[in-house]
Amino acid sequence: MRLPHITKSRRHLLSLASVAALAPLSAQVSAETITVATVNNADMVVMQSLTSEFEKAHPDITLDWVVLEENVLRQRLTTDVATQGGQFDVMTIGTYEVPIWAKHGWLTKLDNLPEDYQVDDLIKPVRDGLSVTEGEKKGLYALPFYGESSMLYYRKDLFEQAGIEMPEQPTWSQVNDWAAKLNSADEGVYGICLRGKPGWGENMAILGTMVNSFGGRWFNEEWEPQLDSPAWSEAINFYVDMMGKYGPPGATSNGFNENLALFSSGKCGMWVDATSAAGKLYNPKESSVADKLGFAPAPIAKTEKGSHWLWSWALAIPESSKSKDAAQTFITWATSQEYVNLVGEREGWASIPPGTRVSTYENQSYKDAAPFAGFVMDAITSADPTDPTLEPVPYVGVQMVTIPEFQSIGTQVGQMIAAALAGQMSVEQALSSAQRSTERTMRQSGY
Amino acid sequence: MSTSTSNSVAAASAAVSASRARRSVINKKLVLTLVAWTIALVMFFPIFWMILTSFKTEAEAIATPPSLFFTPSVEGYIEIQARADYFKYALNSVVISLGATLLALLIAIPSAYSMAFLPTKRTQGTLLWMLSTKMLPSVGVLLPVYLIFRDLGLLDSRTGLIIIYMLMNLPIVVWMLYTFFKDIPKDILEAGRMDGASTLQEIFHLLLPLTLPGIASTGLLCVILSWNEAFWSLNLTTSNAAPLTAYIASFSSPEGLFWAKLSAASTLAIAPILIFGWMTQKQMVRGLTFGAVK
Repeated sequence: MRLPHITKSRRHLLSLASVAALAPLSAQVSAETITVATVNNADMVVMQSLTSEFEKAHPDITLDWVVLEENVLRQRLTTDVATQGGQFDVMTIGTYEVPIWAKHGWLTKLDNLPEDYQVDDLIKPVRDGLSVTEGEKKGLYALPFYGESSMLYYRKDLFEQAGIEMPEQPTWSQVNDWAAKLNSADEGVYGICLRGKPGWGENMAILGTMVNSFGGRWFNEEWEPQLDSPAWSEAINFYVDMMGKYGPPGATSNGFNENLALFSSGKCGMWVDATSAAGKLYNPKESSVADKLGFAPAPIAKTEKGSHWLWSWALAIPESSKSKDAAQTFITWATSQEYVNLVGEREGWASIPPGTRVSTYENQSYKDAAPFAGFVMDAITSADPTDPTLEPVPYVGVQMVTIPEFQSIGTQVGQMIAAALAGQMSVEQALSSAQRSTERTMRQSGY
Repeated sequence: MSTSTSNSVAAASAAVSASRARRSVINKKLVLTLVAWTIALVMFFPIFWMILTSFKTEAEAIATPPSLFFTPSVEGYIEIQARADYFKYALNSVVISLGATLLALLIAIPSAYSMAFLPTKRTQGTLLWMLSTKMLPSVGVLLPVYLIFRDLGLLDSRTGLIIIYMLMNLPIVVWMLYTFFKDIPKDILEAGRMDGASTLQEIFHLLLPLTLPGIASTGLLCVILSWNEAFWSLNLTTSNAAPLTAYIASFSSPEGLFWAKLSAASTLAIAPILIFGWMTQKQMVRGLTFGAVK
């Protein structure tokens, strides 16, 4: 309990009150309540719906849920963790936040996990993304709830009609040629759908991987922004040109969700996005292209490095939590193999939270239900956040840079590129102002 | 004859012009009514569409072109009730918005009284300063407020939200009451004082009955503003004190299909305040136009 600014008399009053409050406890043992903050994504909704299963197995713990949209949640959790507010016992955060928050000492290190949890079964790049890898704070700080990479989805039927065969590893220039062939205004099919909505986790996720693959990088080894380099110019010109010719109109308002709706209603020939969309696209209840869906690795250009991203939503315990043991019991349950099996049996194997455990990908029931499983596993294991670019960089992260300044830098650059996509300015203008604003932010942060 | 003819002509032309005038008045009324209806429909359409969407399935909710006729389903409502207890959030909203309104009126009535009837040379300046605090974006004071709330143990408590909403609405409440009080002739209060009324008696027996419509509409506005506030309620509550705005926020998502569920949650969240607004709209309009015609 932090009560630094409370006067002595108030403290007496509080201790009296707490004695009074605790008195009935001696007679009966009541359950410990832990507050879990999570994102409103389908996999987390399933986790919430299994509350009773957890409480049945652990009658001494009850769960209280705070479910919020990603951006609102991020702001809410950052405020609480930075001020040590202590409002949450379990926080759902991503591979971007975990290393930064852990270095600030805001998260509890998970070094005494039970043996049957099988830490080694967690997929290595995902586990590394949730750890601090060097220094005195070295260790694991969050457990992965689901992991994802990016891949190319395409319409098998349209490819067949156009006589195109998908190679094992497509390239961006091939994607451009195919988009030209598939694009058909009469049938309402756009050759390619990609994110255009500005934001570090929206358009910059896909653009980050494109720039990597075109040989570019965010910063050189001296932390100098590289947005005015030829590689950035080539990648962004390619993207704006292709989306302008063969993309859907108003692409600057399309994020993951909008593209998912477009692709699943049959309006896109190809789409490069998160592997976690596969389960939804394969579900005939949600998608009209479930039986025509093809998939391939994310396209590459000059290099394979950093061509597909790595992201994981994970459960962490803030230092300010007052119920750390109960919180750890919950997060080990929700990220265990036992939980994956429970969801598989109750919700169907295609609905399990993917991308966290090696054993999931060895499970025959999952392999049968999800033909994309192998691809996803390959994409996740081959994504290397510690070596994401052709030239060396001082940062970790494929589609992001794990420094606190990146949220604002990424979103600003994303807005400028969206303006170029909308035709409000040229790509060169967008990149030069992006370079200037990034230089300014980095200078102000003391780099 | 000629006189009678000219008389009858004059009468006829008078009748014609009168009927023209009447027709033009009718036309004017018709046009105004049409304009009013159009504006009302345009303003109501989003709410109507939201209610309609809440009875669709998720697939129908995102269908293009959107369907106006469909088999209604309450699937969305069942699902959201399974995920979160609506009544807990609704009760919090009622307690918090009514509590904040009562507290704000309790503080604002004496302050508006003193400003309206016993002004000093700084009264105008104080009023403007109070209003200027509304111009600061809330997020600017999020951290200090969060820290104060943490140390006072007010995070995730109804009391905390009641205090913050009271502070948030106080400038508007004081301003509105001030203008209503200003319209009451001083002579009435002086007459009361001549009859030996104390300040409290003056307020309770003269001022409040005279300005009741104004106070009622101020209170209603305060309730509505507190009900709809979403920044502080999301940032200062977790689960115990979370009102309906937090309930709606939990059904929004950047991933997956959620429009029908979000619409169902929003419909449930605005239903009480919408009904409340309809029931009290006479008082609202009466209060807001109170003293407007002199």
